[in-house]
Amino acid sequence: MPQNAHETAVADVEAYLRAQEDKTLLRLITCGSVDDGKSTLLGRLLYDCKLLFEDQLASLQSDSARFGSTGTRELDLALLVDGLAAEREQGITIDVAYRFFTTDKRKFIVADTPGHEQYTRNMATGASTAEVAILLVDARKGMLTQTRRHSYIAALLGIRHLVLAVNKMDLVDWQDGIFDTIAADFKSFAANLGEMQVTCIPVSALTGDNISRPSAAMPWYQGATLLTHLETLNVGDGLGDQPFRMPVQWVNRPNLNFRGFAGSIASGAVQVDDPVVILPSGKTSTIESIATYDGPLTRAQAGQAVTLVLQDEVDVSRGDVIAATTDRPMVADQFAAHIVWMHETPMLPGRTYQLRLGSMAVNAQVTEIKHSVNVDTLERMAAKSLDLNDVAFCNLSVDLAIPFDPYSDNRTMGAFILVDRMHNATVGCGMINFALRRAANIHHHAMTVTQNTRAAAKQQKPCVLWFTGLSGAGKSTIADLVEQRLHDFGHHTMLLDGDNVRFGLNRDLGFSNEDRVENIRRVGEVSKLLVEAGLITLVSFISPFRSERQLARNLLQDDEFFEVFVDAPLAVCEQRDPKGLYKKARAGEIPNFTGIGSDYEPPENPELHLSASVFSAEQLAEQVITLLRNQGIIAAE
Amino acid sequence: MQHLQRLEAESIHIMRDVAAQFRNPVMLYSIGKDSSVMLHLALKAFYPSKPPFALLHVDTTWKFQEMIAFRDQRAKELDLDLIVHINADGVRDGIGPFSHGSAVHTDIMKTQALKQALDQYGFDAAFGGARRDEEKSRAKERVFSFRTAQHRWDPKNQRPELWNLYNGRVKKGESIRVFPLSNWTELDIWQYIYQEAIPVPSLYLAKPRPVVRRDGALIMVDDGRMPLNDDETPEMMSVRFRTLGCYPLTGAVESTATTLPEVIREMLVATSSERQGRVIDQDAGASMEDKKQEGYF
Repeated sequence: MPQNAHETAVADVEAYLRAQEDKTLLRLITCGSVDDGKSTLLGRLLYDCKLLFEDQLASLQSDSARFGSTGTRELDLALLVDGLAAEREQGITIDVAYRFFTTDKRKFIVADTPGHEQYTRNMATGASTAEVAILLVDARKGMLTQTRRHSYIAALLGIRHLVLAVNKMDLVDWQDGIFDTIAADFKSFAANLGEMQVTCIPVSALTGDNISRPSAAMPWYQGATLLTHLETLNVGDGLGDQPFRMPVQWVNRPNLNFRGFAGSIASGAVQVDDPVVILPSGKTSTIESIATYDGPLTRAQAGQAVTLVLQDEVDVSRGDVIAATTDRPMVADQFAAHIVWMHETPMLPGRTYQLRLGSMAVNAQVTEIKHSVNVDTLERMAAKSLDLNDVAFCNLSVDLAIPFDPYSDNRTMGAFILVDRMHNATVGCGMINFALRRAANIHHHAMTVTQNTRAAAKQQKPCVLWFTGLSGAGKSTIADLVEQRLHDFGHHTMLLDGDNVRFGLNRDLGFSNEDRVENIRRVGEVSKLLVEAGLITLVSFISPFRSERQLARNLLQDDEFFEVFVDAPLAVCEQRDPKGLYKKARAGEIPNFTGIGSDYEPPENPELHLSASVFSAEQLAEQVITLLRNQGIIAAE
Repeated sequence: MQHLQRLEAESIHIMRDVAAQFRNPVMLYSIGKDSSVMLHLALKAFYPSKPPFALLHVDTTWKFQEMIAFRDQRAKELDLDLIVHINADGVRDGIGPFSHGSAVHTDIMKTQALKQALDQYGFDAAFGGARRDEEKSRAKERVFSFRTAQHRWDPKNQRPELWNLYNGRVKKGESIRVFPLSNWTELDIWQYIYQEAIPVPSLYLAKPRPVVRRDGALIMVDDGRMPLNDDETPEMMSVRFRTLGCYPLTGAVESTATTLPEVIREMLVATSSERQGRVIDQDAGASMEDKKQEGYF
């Protein structure tokens, strides 16, 4: 190849790359139902942006013949974006898919989410990273319930730009009156959505009118085509002007001479010599340098992934936030947030989940559901638990005070996910509204007489013996025998029995899953107080759910909690039936009875596993005493 | 920020989270252009430290010779830990693409070999260079893709992924495949390689190479193991490769682009997608999805 050909190529590519230098990235979400032509619209954007290769077109032609639903010999553009085999069979989109197209001005990443009833979860996922939402409506049908729902979820997730694409205008003879009515309906509804910029465009994805090419059939529409609108829309998020925040992801320590804190800047900018505060500790320092592979920077801003070096030897680890000293995030352990529940297993208040916000992970509980939201009507409703796709406004409590900002100010600093601690699934997501004042104003008071001094006076180590098992397994009988032995040795004890506590402290609670969780939460807190009082505390509760027993365990130190699994097969318990409860349950008189109408989750790693169908209660009580001796709770014989 | 800067920052964020969340991560290094970009991003993410994980190359023993030389040289000059895993059972049984066909060869020397390596070293996270724009079933792939202890991918049972919050919690034996290049397109990759001057194997550039035409694909005769039919004579043609893999399964394209700018220019006017050169994708429409469910990357 002659030298000048290379030079031409270099010049061409350089020119091309220069032209791309100012190209920005816009993230979109498209919402609409199967029938609104959403997939066709996306296929049309890819097709019009000439992003299809010949082999993809050939494959599309063969697919159109096999699966197509256009009913014509035309290409079914929707097939371009329908991915998984399962979806092809059902003819629907079942999850979030990401598409890419590009023009000379912008690169677009589109989250394509399904529009049918049960998939609020998917839309929330796609909307979490989107700056603009495109809502599709069928011109023949106008605004539907789901249009309202999608708008609400987009607003909830912080999207500030909505485009209403009134599709299938070809099927209503391109009439401006129909478009005007739909646009007016939508704008009056969207006025309830807070700061939302709304643009309505009449289109036909099938024919391509007003997608990338102005429509000759709709001369009455003077606005921009969909693509032009997306290319020119200003979505400046203002994050650069906000106070500086950087969650620390990873501590970079290659040798003794370098200690840097790696993270992505969530908002604002930072410069060498800027004073900063480390949260939640509240320690302050100054930026010494900003290290990157491409050389040190004097200034870095929102969106950049950097490594900060501080002037002082302050303690900083993953999960901390480095922030501007003058305008700090809130630090609290209780806050109010909107939650979208994303899992088949319901959310129960009081149950502990792992909450992940920025780079931190803490234990969290919903302490109260203030109200759930009907996403179709925006009505507020009372709720005791949250099911898949429910949206609710809740109070949450976390086990450590954490730094955050309201989601409306800062998506990164105000967004969290909830993770099931047992199965590790991501079960919910949330957007923080505000800190609860009561958390900010209650402070622990350090007392002089402590748990240790109280326990030492009794020559024992305080602890909780948590007896769990089916009704009739022998929990209370064994616990009673153990307490008698301890009493004989002169130890100071207390026994909490499920039935007895339900007569008093917990008499307002029933046997639904929500109430069972609250029941155990209260008993856990009471046992903690008793341990602080220096007592050996025996708890005899069916406590059927692992996560609640874990919750009780988490309230105490590792060497203070002993889970004792009183294990007898259901058949044995049912045959014993000391209180006649199994008989009633079988007769349908007691709903939610553990083992019959409600599950019992056996412990996976109890400190003690008692075979209650093999040994006598006295023998089993002796095993418990041996455990206490071995663990140093009471003195050896 | 310019779009490549945003993509770069996002990938670095993902890599740092993996380093912080996992006990024993590894980077799957397949020597191609995507792996080259991924490695470059890792150098940036952890600077001035070296990436806190090893590179793992699953060697099917049928890679282009130049790929192996390039791999060893990069690992040496960057002073990185490189683990090369070969399925010894497959070698013993003489598995190869010519003798056993592409499906058996890929399954045993690539998919099974990868699982062996992941099990042997107990990795709980593995970076891969896959992009969502490559193929339809990839478009739904998470950045953190959960795999069972049997390394299976269940497209219906993936964790929702919101914002840039990645849930890396796994039980013993389970793992996460991590795709830091999810949101990059092929054009982004080439632009970035050019802009950052990232080294890539010269197989991506056109050069006269000995090729034969089989089933419409141009296959390079890279060594003496390739059985030639009576009517086949290797012909010197100026070709380059858009993807790199096992040489008998990787089709070349005719090209005169001997420099990176020329490759980019050819791509800007290209008329076929990059996976077309891969023989394994051309079975039934959803074949990539089937392979992924079995543990292929």
